[in-house]
Amino acid sequence: MSRQRSARSAALGLTVRRIPTTIPSRNAGSLRRRLVVGILILASLVLISLSFRSEDTGPVSGVQSAGATALRPFAVGLERVAQPFRDVYAWGDSLLTARSDAEELRTELRELRQRSIQSDFALQENEYLREQLDYIDGPRFPADFRSVVAEVIGRPGVAFTQAIVIAAGFDSGVRLNDPVVTADGLVGRVTRVSPDTARIQLLTDEEAAASAIDLRTGATGIVRHARGTRETLVLDRVRKQDVVRRGHEIVTAGWRAGALSSLFPKGIPIGKVTSVGQTDTDLFQQVQVDPYVDFGALDAVIVLVPATRSG
Amino acid sequence: MSAAASLRATAVVFVAALLQVVIVSSLVIAGGAPDLLLVVVVVLGLLRGSIPGAVLGFFGGLIVDLVTLGTLGVTSLVLTLAGFWAGRHGETTGRGQRFAPVVAVGAITLLAGAFGYVLHYLLDEEVVAKHALVTALAPAFVLNLILALPVHRLVRALVGEELRAESSAEVEVVL
Repeated sequence: MSRQRSARSAALGLTVRRIPTTIPSRNAGSLRRRLVVGILILASLVLISLSFRSEDTGPVSGVQSAGATALRPFAVGLERVAQPFRDVYAWGDSLLTARSDAEELRTELRELRQRSIQSDFALQENEYLREQLDYIDGPRFPADFRSVVAEVIGRPGVAFTQAIVIAAGFDSGVRLNDPVVTADGLVGRVTRVSPDTARIQLLTDEEAAASAIDLRTGATGIVRHARGTRETLVLDRVRKQDVVRRGHEIVTAGWRAGALSSLFPKGIPIGKVTSVGQTDTDLFQQVQVDPYVDFGALDAVIVLVPATRSG
Repeated sequence: MSAAASLRATAVVFVAALLQVVIVSSLVIAGGAPDLLLVVVVVLGLLRGSIPGAVLGFFGGLIVDLVTLGTLGVTSLVLTLAGFWAGRHGETTGRGQRFAPVVAVGAITLLAGAFGYVLHYLLDEEVVAKHALVTALAPAFVLNLILALPVHRLVRALVGEELRAESSAEVEVVL
């Protein structure tokens, strides 16, 4: 169809009609766009649904494990390349707090803390056993466990979850709910496992909790995250008549009731009490705990694998 | 989008996803961390259009969910919509605008943060609103804005820009 428009014809007020051939192509483009996005959104929703409903040994977990295994070399390689830069960043970040001096003191403090906790526990245990001779001892730490040391290779976004991914999994003997620690103290527990990697829920996560005990007074409670902050924990469910003071050390309680036992063995350091408060209306005391573990600077962790577990 | 450009864009998203999980997520500044993958997906949407933006967003999200053993599809859904919206912005109001990457990254960071929060809430995961929407999102917003223009330049150099013809309607005169 020839183009016949001219300035003259336009000025004469002749009827002008759009050529309709461009409209279907635009509509087709728009339709294609909507179709592709619709398919992708549907695929995402199907994945979410399958992933959310599937069990840890289901087909979706299998696919995810295979994907994670395939991507692991890339993540590990990148982690190795990035490590020097991360170290520089960490060094610069903590320059204002005199890192070198602090590191030396921290090492010394760590050793003293371990010794102190061990002797305090031994003393407490002796007294308790003398008072109740027929008492059968609960779980022992750390003789019942062997350690799996693993490098931290990934961190999901900080906004919604407090977790890390480590380069050890099912093949190393790691299983769901295994406790995870560092030399400083309790880190969290294993929440997902693939053959070569595992996801660790940190103690600072909204859904994490651990039964704990005041090492000096024996006051018990549940350690969980403090709402609004990521670096502080609270010792919840401490009765008003129990004594907890600022500076007291909080460790895992490690209870056992018949066949049931807590996920964490007893005596793992968690943190130090920074403040204690109570009101007339509250049923329990409000105890704030400063964790020993620096959850933002985890490079490697230790998974506690029960010694009785084969493989 | 040519096969070579598609391959380059896919590689860029793959590297960005791994960098995000392995390194960038741990660079916490003032309580939040930048989201390099989101910025890359938004920039690719602006440069290549809404369909590549959505597809690349889906792919990047899948990588993140696989590597972190997270719930499959959550990050894909957020990034699919982010890439698509960025693409539509680039195809319409943002076309030819110098600061389109900054505007798109800023707006989509806020929307993705809010949408991500709603999504996690719907999946019955405990998320503190104040932390997700203020403490972590505010610094992430600023950091993503800082990343927007450098990442845009880098990605444009690596992947190139989709040339879009001006769509003037043809007319004929009926005598």
